[in-house]
Amino acid sequence: MDTKESFLRKYVFSVDHKTIGLQYLITGLVMALVGGLFAYGFRSQLAWPNEPVLGFGQVDPDLYNSLVTMHGTIMVFWVAMPILLSGFGNYVLPLMIGAKDMAFPRLNMMSYWTFFLSTVVLLSSFFFPGGPAKFGWTGYPPLSAQPGFSGVFWGGHLWILAIALEFASMLMGGINFLTTTLSLRAPGMSLFRMPILVWMLDIASIIFMFSVGPLIAGAFMLLADRLFNTGFFLPAAGGDPLLFQHLFWFFGHPEVYVLLLPALGILAEIYPAFSRKPLFGYKMIIYATIVAGALSFIVWAHHQFISGIDPRLATPFSITTIIISVPFAIAVFSYIATLWRGSIRLTAAMLFALGMMAEFLIGGVTGIFNGSAAADIYLHDTYFVLAHFHYTLFPITVMAGLAGLYYWFPKMFGRHMNEFWGKVHFWTTTISFNVVFLPLFAIGLAGHQRRIFDPSLFDYIAKYQYLHVIATIGLIVMIIAQVPFLLNFFISMRKGKVAERNPWRATTLEWVTPSPPGHGNFETDPVVYRGPYDYSLPGLKDRDFINQAETL
Amino acid sequence: MPIWRLGIWWFLGSEIVIFGGLIVSYLLLRLHHPEWGSEAAHTLTWVGATNTVVLLTSSLTVILAHQGFERGDLDRARRFMGLTILLGLVFLGFKSYEYSHEIRNGLVPAKSLFWSFYYLMTGLHGLHVIGGLVANAVVFRGLGKGLNARRVESVGIYWHFVDVVWIYLFPLLYIASSGGAK
Repeated sequence: MDTKESFLRKYVFSVDHKTIGLQYLITGLVMALVGGLFAYGFRSQLAWPNEPVLGFGQVDPDLYNSLVTMHGTIMVFWVAMPILLSGFGNYVLPLMIGAKDMAFPRLNMMSYWTFFLSTVVLLSSFFFPGGPAKFGWTGYPPLSAQPGFSGVFWGGHLWILAIALEFASMLMGGINFLTTTLSLRAPGMSLFRMPILVWMLDIASIIFMFSVGPLIAGAFMLLADRLFNTGFFLPAAGGDPLLFQHLFWFFGHPEVYVLLLPALGILAEIYPAFSRKPLFGYKMIIYATIVAGALSFIVWAHHQFISGIDPRLATPFSITTIIISVPFAIAVFSYIATLWRGSIRLTAAMLFALGMMAEFLIGGVTGIFNGSAAADIYLHDTYFVLAHFHYTLFPITVMAGLAGLYYWFPKMFGRHMNEFWGKVHFWTTTISFNVVFLPLFAIGLAGHQRRIFDPSLFDYIAKYQYLHVIATIGLIVMIIAQVPFLLNFFISMRKGKVAERNPWRATTLEWVTPSPPGHGNFETDPVVYRGPYDYSLPGLKDRDFINQAETL
Repeated sequence: MPIWRLGIWWFLGSEIVIFGGLIVSYLLLRLHHPEWGSEAAHTLTWVGATNTVVLLTSSLTVILAHQGFERGDLDRARRFMGLTILLGLVFLGFKSYEYSHEIRNGLVPAKSLFWSFYYLMTGLHGLHVIGGLVANAVVFRGLGKGLNARRVESVGIYWHFVDVVWIYLFPLLYIASSGGAK
């Protein structure tokens, strides 16, 4: 075999779903650092408004708006999506259902490279005249529709183009996940024997696929407004800026569940493995998730309670928004019941999985305030909302993502990550995260609006300045806390303790393959005999689990 | 269901919501703008109608191509694929005549919201026609070399989708002129 060509084939233009999964994961991790540094930039500006920020210089309002916009854009679309959906989805989904690869391996490769191209386009906007987009990560018109308002010409175009490429890539990925799940399951792997993570990835893909279209349509209109002087979002021309908000949030809110479902799926794999108990309420979780997926399409307008929509619309959207917490509560109670009286092992993966649920509960409970129109009219666009969504998205993305990384690391690289440093990473990250965002609830309740460049200009919030300082110190600690993780990750890849096939003694199919699995995944085609969570079955003498591919 | 057919249906599902988003946005704004009716009267209805016939006919020929493939008559499949491509090109020919006629008369995207929607929707549809033609041409070439004849069906499904979208666009943009047309 020609080794030179095979290097490119193997590591760069690979059609192997595992390599593609890792490519997504690593791109996502790199972008997380970029997004985190931007957060450090504007957070320092908020804490010490008159001092230059180390590494950024004097942050002026333009730069502040760019940093805020790019932080939001990157964290949602270039970190959470690629890591949770594409990264883990690509790596784990075919292994879990006993497939040799994705249904369309070449489409899969294309989806990664389209994503990579979108990353390049997004970051290149820093080098164009006018700098990157400054109109907020939601891209609301009229700020975004007329370059004159935001002062950005190329940055805005490139922002829209990058988002469009990113969505195209995720659509290709979604088509692949769904087709793979429906066509390539191993014999015996009925739909109701699939691990919860597979269910969650598929439902998330369906939600994504059927919610993103209107936003793509909105992006076309926005681009036409910018390039051809049309007036889709311009009231003077008969258009309506609210239309964009509807198109955006028709996608934007389901997107939260697109990210939440894979995270809940990761938890469903980790909790049973580290409490040695079968997952409680397997089918109930699936049905609840399907209901939540359907409901997710009729909650979007709760983002627009103060945007001037008809108050009669606010009531049904309040109701659906609060109802959608019921299916997720069912899932969370099932997880708690799984942990109940289990023999819990607090590995780094389990700590992150437990931390995810604890943090997410705060996010979920504060969501009720925002979901109810009466409270939201006061809280809208304050730091309370900001703290709320960081308490939902941070646990989903970072805590569950890291839990998954610590859990599947032995499978991915055939070696273990260092547990001690993993635990150090967990505690420093969790504590510093709370130091950043708990104070922001208080600031928000005091009436502090988001996107204010210099809070000291306003008397009524100036007295809470010390909370900004605390939050910013928390953020700096949080960024430093990722250093042991990164060292641990890259050193363990080469030098970690060698892992066996099934180090966690888990029951799903990916653990019967070698670590790391070769191309084609399975040495012998697996046959599935049982459901995915057979832990601590009565009657087993020498061990407390049985893999899906084993007979008794 | 074979993998490729499943894949194309998921793909179409995601395409439908893109056009769905545009069409719903159009309808919602149309309700607030009765004057769009008289603007729509300036579209070249006869070109739109001719193009509807052309596109519908091409849907028939793509079915006949598929039928040829099912019977194992690849020559027939190739002949009708060729005809489909030809009809697609005729559609684009009419479309470009129409665009140039309108632009010469000052009916440009920035003229009013109706024309913005008109160009965006028909333009996006036109891009799908071009995409479909490229896919059809690849299959046509493959048929000549005896390659992968089952792709006739997948491009056929896609071509029908392009046709169906047009069937919605034609009444919305050309003939929904609500009485007071001038």
